[in-house]
Amino acid sequence: MRSDRNARAPLGLKIAAAGGLAFLHLPILLIFVYAFTTEEKSYQWPPPGLTAKWLAVTWNRPDVWEALGLSVRVAAISTVVAMVLGTLCAAAVSRTRFFGRETISLLVILPIALPGIITGIALRSAFNIADIPFSFWTIVLGHATFCVVVVYNNAVARFRRTSSSLIEASMDLGADGFQTFRHVVLPNIGTALLAGGMLAFALSFDEVIVTTFTAGQQATLPIWMLEELVRPRQRPVTNVVAMVVVLVTFLPILAAYYLTRDGDRVAGAGK
Amino acid sequence: MTSPSHAILPGRGGMFGTLSDALWRNPRLLLFVMLAPPLLWLGVIYLGSLFALLAQSFFSIDEFSGLIRYEWTLKTYAELLRPSNLDIIARTVIMAVSVTLASAVIAFPIAYFAARYARGKWKALFYLGAMLPLWSSYLVKIYAWKLILAKEGILNWIFAKLHLTALLEAWLALPVIGGNSLSVSYTGTFLVFVYVWLPYMILPTQAALERVPESMLEASSDLGASPAQTFRHVLLPLALPGIIAGSIFTFSLTLGDYIIPQIIGSSRLFIGQAVYAHQGTAGNIPLAAAFTVVPIVIMGFYLWMAKRQGAFDAL
Amino acid sequence: MQTAVAFSKVSRHFGQVRAVDGVDLEIGEGEFFAMLGPSGSGKTTCLRLIAGFEQPTFGHIEIFGETAEGVPPYRRNVNTVFQDYALFPHLSVADNVAYGPMIRGVPRAARMKAAEEALELVQLPGYGARQPGQLSGGQRQRVALARALVNKPKVLLLDEPLGALDLKLREQMQEELKTLQRSLGITFVFVTHDQGEALSMADRVAVFNHGRIMQVGAPEEIYRAPRSRFVADFVGSSNILPPEAVERFAGRKAWASLRPESIRLAATGGRAATVLGHSYLGAATRLTVDMDGQRLTVLLPAGADVPANGTRIEIEWKASDLHVMEDDT
Repeated sequence: MRSDRNARAPLGLKIAAAGGLAFLHLPILLIFVYAFTTEEKSYQWPPPGLTAKWLAVTWNRPDVWEALGLSVRVAAISTVVAMVLGTLCAAAVSRTRFFGRETISLLVILPIALPGIITGIALRSAFNIADIPFSFWTIVLGHATFCVVVVYNNAVARFRRTSSSLIEASMDLGADGFQTFRHVVLPNIGTALLAGGMLAFALSFDEVIVTTFTAGQQATLPIWMLEELVRPRQRPVTNVVAMVVVLVTFLPILAAYYLTRDGDRVAGAGK
Repeated sequence: MTSPSHAILPGRGGMFGTLSDALWRNPRLLLFVMLAPPLLWLGVIYLGSLFALLAQSFFSIDEFSGLIRYEWTLKTYAELLRPSNLDIIARTVIMAVSVTLASAVIAFPIAYFAARYARGKWKALFYLGAMLPLWSSYLVKIYAWKLILAKEGILNWIFAKLHLTALLEAWLALPVIGGNSLSVSYTGTFLVFVYVWLPYMILPTQAALERVPESMLEASSDLGASPAQTFRHVLLPLALPGIIAGSIFTFSLTLGDYIIPQIIGSSRLFIGQAVYAHQGTAGNIPLAAAFTVVPIVIMGFYLWMAKRQGAFDAL
Repeated sequence: MQTAVAFSKVSRHFGQVRAVDGVDLEIGEGEFFAMLGPSGSGKTTCLRLIAGFEQPTFGHIEIFGETAEGVPPYRRNVNTVFQDYALFPHLSVADNVAYGPMIRGVPRAARMKAAEEALELVQLPGYGARQPGQLSGGQRQRVALARALVNKPKVLLLDEPLGALDLKLREQMQEELKTLQRSLGITFVFVTHDQGEALSMADRVAVFNHGRIMQVGAPEEIYRAPRSRFVADFVGSSNILPPEAVERFAGRKAWASLRPESIRLAATGGRAATVLGHSYLGAATRLTVDMDGQRLTVLLPAGADVPANGTRIEIEWKASDLHVMEDDT
């Protein structure tokens, strides 16, 4: 549907749309103000004064760095696993017609369609049954499971747009399966994979519900934040961390948007 | 230009050449190689865990020792149907329904404006305007609302500046939805749920609206329909699958969440909190597992209804 | 003349569907061969069988005397110009054309030179640096042609090569393809649903229907002596006369084809008919007439007097123009 050429939006609609967008964005902007407040004991508004000293305080906190480091490592490895699994699955589903295709799509979407608490508790009780101690790897296992879907969605959309005759053309010109993958398939789905990987990274970096069930004593950054939310002890540091998290997750999302904006609908709805 | 003189060329040889030929001759083998890792991961590890969990709901817990008795029984389900637990389920479902309806109402104007009137830069801005909150940190969003709803926070401050504090207090004095302050009331929980899940409603609705061809709206007005009639009889029915697709997210996410009501809300439990409590401190895995069956069954039914409405094409 | 492609009793089934059903076919070296038929008639599947994208369910295929079944497309010295051209969007025009040599390991300088030569051959010199997205439909099609020809294939396959082009460009490309094929001497096999294209370009035409070959022959032969009602009707348009009518004219009880342009208006001594309607075509006028309950189409050359609707007229044709068909289908 193209936009109305002659019509202009009714005023009521404009106000409702602008109001909705403001409702979505103002709370996040508020985080940026609170990161610089001088008040440490309460959430007082308006801030009595502004200071940048909490940035330095947070910078020197080893527990924050440790949590951040763990989150980055978990997100990086989960992303790699999800990219491999998601791409394989997307290639199989879009290149071949076989019995049970729908089931496979459903299986990929399930870990994100079911509430996170179900995935979390299911994995936790499975680890207990199998006597697997909680570790870095149990966190990764949980994260990779629900990250597959974003890579899969992006890759499927791109495969659908890539004409199947390109692969035939490559084989026709003498390239075998591996050469075709290297010279034709990979360059054509590369940006979609990159976008899917970035979204997977953002998803993993931010995940808390499944993580509370699959992490032992280790704290990822969201777990660190959750503890602060439940029992606030160091409000100013939490404010700064919240701001950093917003900035860190925005960058991959923007990058993913620019990588896929011509053509594929960014697989945002797949979250 | 050198050219081979034979019509059939020899193979490339080597490991890759041989493997490539073998996979080409057996497309099923290729399919198997591609599907095995994801199926092993998702089908065995994930589904396996899920079924193991569901199976545990048919065990029961020994009331004296607190240990799980591994015998098939429906005792745990009988326990699930106690009035106090039914309260938890009803409370969660009512919240999920209210959140879904409110999200649909707030999302529609944004999606409608973005799909019908915004173009060029504005269109990208609207798209990112829904995308960025969708992907920004869940905990940070909750944290932002903790700041907003705090007694000394911005919302109370605004009401005070507008001399409307009495109105807010009257609202909080209402039974059920009120409470001591916004951050410990159902109103607060509701606001945060709507805020956090709203982008999931905007994007599918907008996608459905974008797919309505301009000519269809022109045809409607050509046939004498007023803009309001066109909206009611053409646009809304065509946008409905998108709204239903969005509602799958808002409904399912609200059903299973345990962090939002824990941080912003009263002390009365939601399903997610009940699951968390039973598996954690109480160690009653069978009852926790039985509780997880509730959202699965509700969502199964919901998805079945949505599929009949054609909502999956709008995802 | 050596046989370039030979099919013997080749079938390709997709589940219950017999896309190709017992086809026997021989294509000679250096021939310009057309596979003509409606969509779903099996002609494209036959092309894909030669390229190696499909494998026969039954039967045997030889390319220049060598067995082709079980040989993957990348080991056949056969190249294809795809219907949608299938140019690689991530590569420049030159890299597209040089793709085959690149896979064969030809050094960059040599393959770029080969690519430029191939582009000159299709009259696109100096276009190498462009991206496929910047080209028009006709130019893309030439690039696709160059990309196939640079490999000096033993057989060049063209799948509806002109289908996406507009009329003027199509006629121009028909001429160019013909000239190119004559000068290179490569066997061309092309698939089309456009009978005009098949007749004007090919040395020989195979007419397909329902996965079978209905008739193979030179264009004039197919047009003048269609062996079945299907061929008569699909190749050009024809008046198909039922056996009862043919018995009266030719003395044989069989179906016959009578081309509209071979019917003339007679001054006297012809057969009586009534004009039902007419339409002006520019180069000719088409009349619909009724002759003893038999409806016929008559093509009058431009300049001839056109009788008004409802007029009683007399028509005639040479006995040799009434082609009695052997097949009953």
